[in-house]
Amino acid sequence: MPDFGGYGGRYVPETLIPALDELDRAWSEAREDPQFVAELHHLATTYVGRPSPLTLIERFAPDKQIYLKREDLNHTGAHKINNAVGQALLAQRLGKRRIVAETGAGQHGVATATVCARFGFECIVYMGIEDMRRQKPNVERMGLLGAEVRGVDFGTKTLKEATSEAIRDWITNVETTHYLIGSCVGPAPYPDLVGELQSVIGREAREQFLAAADALPEAVVACVGGGSNAIGLFRGFVDDVGVRLVGVEAAGAASLGTGRVGVLHGARSSILADDDGQVADAHSISAGLDYPGVGPEHAFLRDAGRAEYRTATDADALQAFADLARTEGIIPALEPAHALARARDLDAELILVGLSGRGDKDLAEVLAHL
Amino acid sequence: MKTLVIYLMAEPETPELARAAVDGGADVIELGFPYSDPLADGPVIRRAGERALARGMRTKQCLDVLARTRELVGDGPPLIPMTYASLYEAYGWDRLTGDIHAHGGTSMIVADLPAGEQPHLKRVQMVAPTSTDERIELAGAQTDGWLYLVAVTGTTGARDGVSPVLPGLVERARRLAPQTRLYAGFGISTPEHARGAAQLADGIAVGSRAVQVAEEGPERLREYVATLRAALDSST
Repeated sequence: MPDFGGYGGRYVPETLIPALDELDRAWSEAREDPQFVAELHHLATTYVGRPSPLTLIERFAPDKQIYLKREDLNHTGAHKINNAVGQALLAQRLGKRRIVAETGAGQHGVATATVCARFGFECIVYMGIEDMRRQKPNVERMGLLGAEVRGVDFGTKTLKEATSEAIRDWITNVETTHYLIGSCVGPAPYPDLVGELQSVIGREAREQFLAAADALPEAVVACVGGGSNAIGLFRGFVDDVGVRLVGVEAAGAASLGTGRVGVLHGARSSILADDDGQVADAHSISAGLDYPGVGPEHAFLRDAGRAEYRTATDADALQAFADLARTEGIIPALEPAHALARARDLDAELILVGLSGRGDKDLAEVLAHL
Repeated sequence: MKTLVIYLMAEPETPELARAAVDGGADVIELGFPYSDPLADGPVIRRAGERALARGMRTKQCLDVLARTRELVGDGPPLIPMTYASLYEAYGWDRLTGDIHAHGGTSMIVADLPAGEQPHLKRVQMVAPTSTDERIELAGAQTDGWLYLVAVTGTTGARDGVSPVLPGLVERARRLAPQTRLYAGFGISTPEHARGAAQLADGIAVGSRAVQVAEEGPERLREYVATLRAALDSST
C-alpha cells in the first residue's frame, strides 16, 4: 500500500479490518491479472464509452487554449462509472453480491446502481435527504435501475452522514457486502484503489493532449470534493514536473485550503474540523463538493508542493456553468464548473480541465439561482 | 465474580449518574467522549453524542467530567474514556493519553484505532467476530487489562437476544489470549442477555440501554444496573 506521507491509514472499527485486508489482497492480485485487466478494458470501451474525447473550447475563454477532458460523455454522465465498473468486477471476484454505496450529487449512486443492474447485484445507496431534494432526477434514476435509496435524515443530511451510514451498514453486513466507495477517501486500500481506477482519465488525456496540442499542458485543473476525478487526471501528469496541477475546491468546503489534520471516514487527512477534532459542516451549492474531507493523496500532494489548491464560490461556479452552456453548447455539472471558473483566470494559457460530469442533474438547482 | 461495565456519555450530569451506576453494582465505567462521526455507534449513542456536542461537550469539558466522576466514585472503579481517533489527533495523542490519566482515567478505548496501530498507546483493545486468529492474538498481547469482545458483527445498540456468534468468539479468544479477561459488549441490554453473555465471558458491557435509562435520572439508572448485577451474580 502506498504511504501518503502519513495521511491515509485505517481508522475503522476492528470489525472491518479483515474485509479491508481481503479487499487489498484481491485488488493486488486483480491488477496483475491479465484477465481482470482485459475485462475492465472491455467494459470501459463497450459499456462506459471510453476513451472519452478531448474538446478544445475557443469561446469560453478566448485568450486561452482550454481543452476539456469529457468525462461528462461517459455512460451515466460522469467519471464515477470508471470506479464503479472496476469495483463491481472486484466484488464479483470477492463473491460479494450485495453492494452498499454513499452518494452526494447522486452521480456515484447512479453509477453504482447501473453496474449493480449490469452484474445482477443487490444495491443499497445511502443519501442525505437534503441531497435527495437537490438532486431529485438522480434519485429517480437509481430507483429505475433497481437500487434502494435510503435517506439519511440526521446531522448535515448530506454526503458526510450518508458516508457514515454506508460504513455502518458495511460493518453490520460485512460478510456478504462490498462497500463501493465513490471517491479516493476512506480506509486503505480505498484511496489508492479508486485513484488507480480513475487514472484512466489522466492516461488518456495526456496522450490526447500531446496529439492535439503537440505539447503538454501548462496546467491541469480539476474540481476537488473527495477528489477522485482530480486524482485520476493528476496521476497522468504527476511525473511531468513542468505541468502544474491545480485542484479547485468549493469555497465553503475547502478541506485542503482551510482544513486541518484530522480523521474522518477511516482516513487521516486534511478535514474541516474545530480545534477538538469535531468535523465541521461544509457548504456548497454543489452536492458533490459539499464534503468536509478529502482524499489523503491530495493532502500529500499539497504538502509536497506538487499540487496547488484554490477555491471557487457558488457564484463563480454558477457563472461558469451558464457561460460554458452559452459559449460552447456544453452544460457542465456544478462540480467541474468550479474548475472552469478558476481555469479561466489562471495565469497560464495552455490548460487542460477535467469536465467530470454533465449538468442535467443540476438544472433545477441552477435555475432557482440564476 | 463477573464484571459489569456500564457506558455513559460524558455530559454535565454524568458524574452523578456514574455514582448511581456504581451504587447499583457497576464495576467499570466507560465514559463516552462524543465525536461528530461515530462509525462504531448505532442510533442511541450517536444521538446521545449529538446532544452532548450541542451542549458544548468538547475534550476539555469531557476531561472535567472525568475528574468529577473520579471524585464521586472514589478510587476503586476503573474509569475508561471511549472515543475516536479524531479527538486524539486534534489534542495530541500522547497529551490526551496523559491528561486522561491525570484526570482519573484508568485506561482508554479508541473505537476506530484497531490493534497494531499506535502500539505504544496502552489501551483496551477490541476484537470482533470477523477478527482473524492472528488479530485476536495481537490484540490480546497489546491490550490493557482486559479484551473487549465485540459480540455482534455490527454497531452498538440493543439486539433481541444473545449474539449467536459470541460463543465462537469467546472460544477463540480463550485459546489465543489465555491470560486475558474477556468482557463482551454490543447488543447486550436485558438481564437475560447479561446472564447469557456472562456464562461465556468474564464480564459484560452495556451501553445503548444504559444511556437511554440514564435519561430518566440516577435513581432509575441505579435500579436498572442492579437488575444487571443480580443477573450476573446468578450466572456463576
